[in-house]
Amino acid sequence: MSEHWGAPGNARSSIRYPTLTVVLLAAVVTAVIVATGMGYIRITVAEVVRVIAARLSGDTSLITGLDPMFSYVVMDVRLPRILTALLVGSGLAVCGVVFQGILLNPLADPYTLGISSGAAFGASLALIANLTLFGIYSVPFSAFAGALATLFVVLYLSSFNGQMSANTLILSGVIVGAILAAGISFMKYMADEQVGMIIYWLMGSFASKTWTDVAVVLGAVLSGLGVAIYYGRDLNIMSLGGRAADSLGVETARVRKILLITGSLVAAVCVSVSGIIGFIGLIVPHLIRFLIGPDNRNLAIVSALAGGLLLLIADTITRAILPTEVPIGVLTALIGGPFFCYIFRRRQRGAIHG
Amino acid sequence: MAEAGFAIEKLSFAYGEKTVLEDLSLKLAPGRFYGLVGPNGCGKSTLLDLLMGNHHPAAGTVRFNNRPLANYGRRELARHLALVPQDFAIHFAFTVLEVVLMGRHPYLPRFGAVSATDLAIAEQAMAAIGIEHFQNRLVTELSGGEKQRVVVARALAQQTPVLMLDEATSNLDINHTMEIFNVAQKRVQAQGDTVIAVIHNLNLAAAYCDIMIFMNQGRISATGPTHETLTPRNIGEVFGVESRVALDEFSNKLQVSFHYGN
Repeated sequence: MSEHWGAPGNARSSIRYPTLTVVLLAAVVTAVIVATGMGYIRITVAEVVRVIAARLSGDTSLITGLDPMFSYVVMDVRLPRILTALLVGSGLAVCGVVFQGILLNPLADPYTLGISSGAAFGASLALIANLTLFGIYSVPFSAFAGALATLFVVLYLSSFNGQMSANTLILSGVIVGAILAAGISFMKYMADEQVGMIIYWLMGSFASKTWTDVAVVLGAVLSGLGVAIYYGRDLNIMSLGGRAADSLGVETARVRKILLITGSLVAAVCVSVSGIIGFIGLIVPHLIRFLIGPDNRNLAIVSALAGGLLLLIADTITRAILPTEVPIGVLTALIGGPFFCYIFRRRQRGAIHG
Repeated sequence: MAEAGFAIEKLSFAYGEKTVLEDLSLKLAPGRFYGLVGPNGCGKSTLLDLLMGNHHPAAGTVRFNNRPLANYGRRELARHLALVPQDFAIHFAFTVLEVVLMGRHPYLPRFGAVSATDLAIAEQAMAAIGIEHFQNRLVTELSGGEKQRVVVARALAQQTPVLMLDEATSNLDINHTMEIFNVAQKRVQAQGDTVIAVIHNLNLAAAYCDIMIFMNQGRISATGPTHETLTPRNIGEVFGVESRVALDEFSNKLQVSFHYGN
């Protein structure tokens, strides 16, 4: 029998897509402002709003009477970090939607497919070999090359006679990821000064992000989201299987290729900015599919908002609430790992009874 | 002179080293119900895929309405040809109505919404197959037979002059099987559509097909009107079983009986 997943119960949840979008959008704006106020130096919500409004409008009278340091903390320290976390969360969630959609596998995300490890491997290699071929973009570029190369190796390993099995795909991802992890360990062993940089890649962090990071991730996430929405209906139809999608006028092979490359690009940019942050791409599309159904056009938009919100909250917890900062990648893996087990278990049961 | 329908000439196809179809020539005219029969692995599904333009021939040509299939765009092709595949897995929890509406995809502009006409067509298709009462259920919760009927309705919603059924009723009881074949037959007789069906049950094929195509090992071993080609000799040659073909009085159709057991 065919594998299936999605909303259990007899009907879809009554939460409507427009409602959820508006609620999440409001939650994201609120979370950004509240999180900006949180931290070692406490700044009230009203003060945060005044600082941001002053910068946006150029009207300095809005911040008269405020500690001048607040402006620096808000605009140059916290907001870049918070917005990067938000956008990386969106990007990873959109990647999850895309990969789960094309590979018809609910366990697919940049982390479980080994793509994140591939990007980290590429970045580590660039760091240790002191690659400067592409200037300041050398590390992100190597991360992208590593992500793409890993994706192709994983796809090659899991295809037999042109067929791709969902389970071997995850197995291949795990195997390739393990080999890459060993490679990264070796580089860590060989590296002297850069070892800290490499460890940063493996555990993920949003510390000391700049507006450049925000801009780079924003560009990647918006284009990724755009492509996902553009091919959203094709992606829906591809869930009927390749042969059916072909006969409905979808250029399955081409759409698959475009989306795989787009997903890898977004994943690579995210990893190149923040290091490996797992499971966001896995959890978020699942939860959202459960709430609003599987239509990939809506799913991409809502997942982007929810993924951003989730990672922003996680990063704020580790930055401003926990007594010592836990690497964000560790935190998401601690939460996401058990969730992965749960989905895996449910799917095994479904495969037996369905 | 313009010739409607399919013209297949010297078609060959292979999966890697394995030749599946060899030097196959065939004409399929509109307004006929074709039955494609033959043993497992003889190339029936592959032939359908080549007719659908899902595969490209290794040699030879497939022309549809006098134009090589390769000259059609995918969406254009999907407005002429519909397929009910064998594998009808649906991987995400779409509703029945949503899946049937996917049949309207070849008509919708990229960012266009489903129109009232599309909705009416989808509802018609569901009513024809008798599934309109569960249109709001999730496909992932349907039984194999129910899913198969949803996929047939989706193909009907495509409103194509050619309908291909690849063992479309293998999971269904006789009641639902007849329902689907009756709908297909009506389209052939009333609208001059073409139906090309891969059928394993020879008696079902005998009852519905105007023309039978016997395939064996990637070649056509016999083709022609059912009453001429459905013979013990052709059946023996393709399936290697002994049979008797006789007119059944109750159905007024040719029916096949076999020597069962040893």
